[in-house]
Amino acid sequence: MTTPTRTHVTGGIGTSVRRPDGVPKVTGNFAYASDLHSKDMLWGATLRSPHAHARLVSLDIGPALAMTGVRAVLTQDDVPGLPLFGQEEQDQPVLCDGTARYWGEPVAIVAADDEETAQRAAASIVAEWEPLAPLDNPERAADDGSTFREMKIRRGDQNAVGTVVVEGVYETASQDQAPLGTEAGFAIPDGSGGLDLYVTSQWVHVDHRQIIACLDMEPDQIRCHPAGIGGAFGAREDISLHIHVAMLSLATGLPVKMEYDRSESFVGHVKRHPSKMWYRHEADADGNLVKVTARLLLDGGAYAHTSRAVLANAAFFTVGPYRCDNVSVDAQAVRTNNPPCGAMRGFGAVQACFGYESQMDRLAEALGVDPLDLRRQNAMRGGDPLATSGQVIDAPLPTIEVIDALESIPLPEPLASDDPRLLPGGTGLTTPASKVVRGVGYAVGLKNVAFSEGFDDYAEARVVLTPAGVEVHTAAMEVGQGLVTVCQQIARTVLGIENVAVVWDDTSHIGSAGSTSASRQTQMTGGAVHAASVGLRDRILEEHGGDELRNDGVYREGKRVATIDEICGGGPVENLVRFRHPETFPPDKNGQGDVHAGFVVAAHRAVVDVDPELGLVRVVRVDTAQDVGKALNPQAITGQLEGGIMQGVGLAVMEELIVDHGVIRNPTFTDYLIPTFVDAPAVESRIIEAPDPWGPFGAKGIGESPTISSTPAVVAAIRAATGKALTRAPVRPQDIVGI
Amino acid sequence: MNVTITVNGEPRTADVVASESLLNVLRDDLDLPGTKDACEQGECGSCTVILDGEAVCSCLVMAADAEGSEVTTVEGMGEPGHLHPVQEAMLAEGAVQCGFCTPGFVVAGAHLLETNPHPSELEIREALSGNICRCTGYGAILRAFETLSEEGT
Repeated sequence: MTTPTRTHVTGGIGTSVRRPDGVPKVTGNFAYASDLHSKDMLWGATLRSPHAHARLVSLDIGPALAMTGVRAVLTQDDVPGLPLFGQEEQDQPVLCDGTARYWGEPVAIVAADDEETAQRAAASIVAEWEPLAPLDNPERAADDGSTFREMKIRRGDQNAVGTVVVEGVYETASQDQAPLGTEAGFAIPDGSGGLDLYVTSQWVHVDHRQIIACLDMEPDQIRCHPAGIGGAFGAREDISLHIHVAMLSLATGLPVKMEYDRSESFVGHVKRHPSKMWYRHEADADGNLVKVTARLLLDGGAYAHTSRAVLANAAFFTVGPYRCDNVSVDAQAVRTNNPPCGAMRGFGAVQACFGYESQMDRLAEALGVDPLDLRRQNAMRGGDPLATSGQVIDAPLPTIEVIDALESIPLPEPLASDDPRLLPGGTGLTTPASKVVRGVGYAVGLKNVAFSEGFDDYAEARVVLTPAGVEVHTAAMEVGQGLVTVCQQIARTVLGIENVAVVWDDTSHIGSAGSTSASRQTQMTGGAVHAASVGLRDRILEEHGGDELRNDGVYREGKRVATIDEICGGGPVENLVRFRHPETFPPDKNGQGDVHAGFVVAAHRAVVDVDPELGLVRVVRVDTAQDVGKALNPQAITGQLEGGIMQGVGLAVMEELIVDHGVIRNPTFTDYLIPTFVDAPAVESRIIEAPDPWGPFGAKGIGESPTISSTPAVVAAIRAATGKALTRAPVRPQDIVGI
Repeated sequence: MNVTITVNGEPRTADVVASESLLNVLRDDLDLPGTKDACEQGECGSCTVILDGEAVCSCLVMAADAEGSEVTTVEGMGEPGHLHPVQEAMLAEGAVQCGFCTPGFVVAGAHLLETNPHPSELEIREALSGNICRCTGYGAILRAFETLSEEGT
């Protein structure tokens, strides 16, 4: 990309310009999906399975229908079209098909005049169940061949052996995205048999495809609108209440609103896959990796969702950002009766990173070398093959640079205070400073950007110049990360025009932007906005014989030759672009091939104070260095790095869905703990800019990396403080104390 | 039953049922959706309002118990063009991402600064520990309030 940076336009790339939705958000005026309403609307509610696995013997909706104010009660028999949905594989019933396969599976839906009536009506439905034994053990599911996908990676000499060998078995728990806004949707009939749908989403076009299939409708009859969203982190990538709210609205001919409360949200969206990983690393006497052998097991829960892609990420990043010529990986995503799993920030790379970074520390210890030196020695650089797939991407990968930058950040002073707010256990006054042991741990993580394995991954954007300014039209979901700001900045810089507004189009007005996931939108929708802006600018310059576009028109050699009104004399001028990243390919039978479009690398260092007697921890600092390609908005990047780290800290020390025979035992914010302000470590970050070959201005997607290596860094620090093996995340007090 | 509450300086009356929370009445009956509903059990602070001078989770207050009270919500904390200093500082520091927790931080943070104009870092952390943010990691929010603390707003 050789587009020059316009110095005369304010709010362009490289500046920490404020987000355009900031004022509505701080004043309470931003409309989230849960805020939408109309006077004549009905409320929807859902009856869910009380069993993780059971046969539905009978279902009597009569009591609900008999209630005053109830307008519709629908079951699987009422689904107009395909009774199944799913992003990759359509395997999940819209409503229970006679067998419940997970706890909380939707069975029937109700629309009523008010929320309380809807909920009471749903509760009044009489369901008779024959409980069945839940398949809740993923290892048993693997033995039974109950899998969504199995992958085999074989690269290099399978008989290669090293002189120093370390083995380990690692586990990570299921994590909830816990976005603060719960699932919410609003369906409005259009009077012609169709609907406008406003539902929390990360990808309205893939929702739309599934919704029209289940409703048996033509594409233009259903319009999915980007709606205001209170966080996502993967929880919105799959269908939740979308089809239900649409069915209720079609059945009643009235607007219908549905909104999950927190406990329903915990069962209403997919989770991070819990994992178990068996690792064997072999190195030569000098510390060079010779062979990595691993088996990875991810529990996908009851339905497929994105398990296939999550597994691929875990498998391809089994070794991390390290060179190794001989690799063997067997990976399975299994189907159980546990809560369905899908996307969460890091998407398979989180689990693998906990495994390989734990192993790198073990290997360093076995070799008697510095753990960072071992990582530098084996670091994968631009032009090196990925250890698993063998793919070489001709782009910079500053693995050593991020390690060096991280190491250059000063360590904090030793704990010198008895202030309980600085101690493990906090104001619970459990831990005197004299009992505290401090540990420092490091981890480095690798992640792909955008969709892989041959997926036709594209993003559409339309850039329009009007006399009133520039409009960027897209269906890409802004979930809080700041895409809306980055789109403005890119358009400003390319066009030289400051007044840029981002307009969210529904599915009938623009093509797909793809998912707001996989760290992809800055590069994909950003790439589309960049290409559309470049095309528009060049066309205008050519038409008017200019060499520069500015706020007030076209200039040639510093003199204006056409005003904006003159450019738009025949109406708005626009350019629509469908942007694709470099082609990727499915792996061959040995997992080899050009599977990915790009990589991003980050490193984290955690400093943790531990009370080894009580098993309490305080994460003091988590510092980071990350490659961002090109910093389009430094403040927004800092926000991603700090926020992502906090989710990694959560998985390291407190966040765990407790699932007992398929039943979630802690589906509330009282029992599922999320880091608060007093849990939050200080963060210092170093941004490395190694330009990406196809990202706009060299930018890379950055959203997931902060969550990937922060977890193993924190656990490594607790290991350093305690000397315990700690092979499971999150680390619980009993793991430290050893009871 | 009818309940009359002074909300953002204006007396407002709503017909409430006994089990209804102040949060519900604000959002559904008084058309003030800025106060957010995220956990319904007082764990996340998204529904924070000022009730007779105290910062409370409005999901834990029965609307009927608020009869005769004065309530300030985020809608009463400033407006476009005339932002409250907390709102301005949060925007300046990039402390807003998805924004769902933001109304709660604005209200709780303004209350903190009224009661303690120069809070230390640890005082800021502790005072706002009842407000969960899932996006920012709290770093930008801390920087916003440290700036306000230095200025003594």
